[in-house]
Amino acid sequence: MAASAEDRRRRRTRTAAAIGALVALVAVLATVPLLTSDYQLSFMVNVMSYLVLTIAWALFSGTTRLVSLATSAFFGIGMYTVAMSIKILPLYASFALAIVVGAAVALVVGVLTLRLSGMFFVIFSFGLSEMIRELMVWWEINQTHTMGRYVYVPFDTTMIYEHLLGLAVVVFLVGWLLRRSRLGIALLVIGEDETVARQVGINVPFTKVAIFIVSAMFMTLTGALMAPRFSFINPNFAFNPLVSFVVVIMALLGGLQKLWAPVLGVIPLIILSERLQTQFPFWYSVLLGLVFMVIVYFLPRGVTGLLEDIWKALGRPLALPRGFTGPLLDAWAWLSRPIFLPRGLAGIIEERWLKIMPRANEKR
Amino acid sequence: MHTQWRRAMAAAALAAFGTLAALPVHAADAPNSIRIGYAISLSGVNAQGAATTTLPGYDLWVHDVNAQGGIFVKEFNKKIPVEVVAKYDDTSSAETMLRLEEKLMTEDKVDFVLPPWSTGFNLAAAPIFAKYGYPDLAVTANANDEEQLVKQFPTLFFFLNQPIHFGQALIEVLNKYKNSGQLNNKIAMVSVGDQFGAEMSAGFGAGLKASGYDIVLQKSYPLGAADLTNEIKEAKASGADTFIAASYPPDTFMLTGTAITQGYNPKIFYTAVGTAFAEYGANFKKKAQGVMGIGGWNPALPGAMDYYKRQLAVTGHAPDGWASPVTYASLQILQQAIEKAGTLDRKKVLDTIVNGGPWQTISGPIDLKTHIVEHQWGAGQWQNGQFVGVSPTDMPGVKPFIFPKPSW
Repeated sequence: MAASAEDRRRRRTRTAAAIGALVALVAVLATVPLLTSDYQLSFMVNVMSYLVLTIAWALFSGTTRLVSLATSAFFGIGMYTVAMSIKILPLYASFALAIVVGAAVALVVGVLTLRLSGMFFVIFSFGLSEMIRELMVWWEINQTHTMGRYVYVPFDTTMIYEHLLGLAVVVFLVGWLLRRSRLGIALLVIGEDETVARQVGINVPFTKVAIFIVSAMFMTLTGALMAPRFSFINPNFAFNPLVSFVVVIMALLGGLQKLWAPVLGVIPLIILSERLQTQFPFWYSVLLGLVFMVIVYFLPRGVTGLLEDIWKALGRPLALPRGFTGPLLDAWAWLSRPIFLPRGLAGIIEERWLKIMPRANEKR
Repeated sequence: MHTQWRRAMAAAALAAFGTLAALPVHAADAPNSIRIGYAISLSGVNAQGAATTTLPGYDLWVHDVNAQGGIFVKEFNKKIPVEVVAKYDDTSSAETMLRLEEKLMTEDKVDFVLPPWSTGFNLAAAPIFAKYGYPDLAVTANANDEEQLVKQFPTLFFFLNQPIHFGQALIEVLNKYKNSGQLNNKIAMVSVGDQFGAEMSAGFGAGLKASGYDIVLQKSYPLGAADLTNEIKEAKASGADTFIAASYPPDTFMLTGTAITQGYNPKIFYTAVGTAFAEYGANFKKKAQGVMGIGGWNPALPGAMDYYKRQLAVTGHAPDGWASPVTYASLQILQQAIEKAGTLDRKKVLDTIVNGGPWQTISGPIDLKTHIVEHQWGAGQWQNGQFVGVSPTDMPGVKPFIFPKPSW
């Protein structure tokens, strides 16, 4: 291949530019806590946590095309593990414990359920979060006789934000590397057609479980990092089913084709939610529901798809405006069409006849 | 253009400074309003409770204060109306609630923030109120470690009983009839799967066992359960004279409705949150007679009945017989404390709330020296269309108990 050297060079420059831009962006984002009010910072914490959750969700669901509603389950596991272990472990140790617990649950759940397909997996993943929450509630009522745990640690909003930013970079890099790895390609094949994937020798269950665990670990760690934001945590705070749905909507809004696409879903939706909660408090649910419907109906490929369309449209040669003469020309053209002659009964008879007695020069 | 504007501003600032220096008595212009903000659950699982117990009280208080022309603030030597400048929906999500509280305090910079609804949300919000020095009149919260919490968060106040007191109030009533042989010692107890249910059933259980009761049935059911027929059937089969439910409003209504349809008539029928709601009486009418519940109220207190009628007229919502009047009373305290402190300075108002009591309210005199209201209604009962306090029996205005509960 003659152009490969040229191609490689170009790709290298592009990669370097992308990395440069990313580093600059992260550097700017890292200074956010110095510049903003506490509220703006907690707004950014919200953005960052949903960013990690959405990219992590897309790692699994965007490739395997299995819609998972287990986000709130893993987020909750992270948060509640920290809440339960913080009295006996140092903070970072309880973060680590959270990741281990999250990965273990993902392994068990993945092995048991990833053979389910489509709707069944969606329902199960939703049930998982509710099940764990009820389990924790039962545990606290019957074993500890108190619900709600206090988390007092010197880990303020700035720390949470910086850690989440770091986590966002890591999840982004993992996604980037995944797209260039054998595992990533295997996942794409599985997403396209599982039977084909099996035929070409991909270990389908293993691949699915592996990416499910990776995705779950990021979600769990996000929940764990968010725990110190609450001084008081109960299972109903930690396992909030809304998180799962919001993440799906964000990913759909952003689009799933590109790794960076969720960014375009997370930011507008968070800004919108915040506006609705503060400006139209009594209409929050109604308006949010309407927005979801608009997304699903009109933006099936998300904002990224819309941007791509606009980009393509801009690149197209300009169509000259046709003005009033346009319809006139169309009408003239329509009138001057050759008329289709009605074939009538003769036509039908001819057809029948041809079926019975084909012409000599015609092949059957 | 910009430079001009800036110059004009600078001149204005200089002039203002000059005036300030010259007239130190009229140090600051009176604000147009006392700016109030709150974030509360207008949607989601907490919305019903917030809309029943808390929101109408907020609305009524603003209405009442402004009907009098506002709160007199000595610092400005005039009455200043209160204005709700920010009313946010926390969507029943704790994380959203925290963020919106931060917005109220650091972005909107309101003068006072009214608390959110429910124990969990109030405990989660307490550190933020404390951090920014906002008085935190957390009416709809209770915890067994209140004394330790108010030390940790110096702006926090508790108004309702601690969970342990509710158990004591109930047991006080039970003991009277058990000791006279009118009530057997068997208890059927169900609880909602939530911190409230957990702490209540733990508190009740310990107290009941200590008083020689036998808990023959103890079950918890999930928050938001759609059917509780089994719980009622099991309670009916248990042979207990006393039925106790550490329940939340939807389940309180469901348990009562199911007990009626199943013909379950224990001598004591006790449900928790929601029993004191006006809707409970409106819904079950004469069948509510004799039902026991958490909370209690003394309608005979000065101003109490007037408050009841006013809230119904102004907001269209009748107050409940427990936390609603206390919510209004807490705002009366805020109002009186601002007046007494003569300033909108939060630190001074906070000091006044603590040290300026006892405050005269529609729930009687309340003193907040310890940040905790010590003696409160623990148990009430529906009597002739009103939910009234029946225990502890040393409360002023206590009503005699109806025993046994009449059949549905």
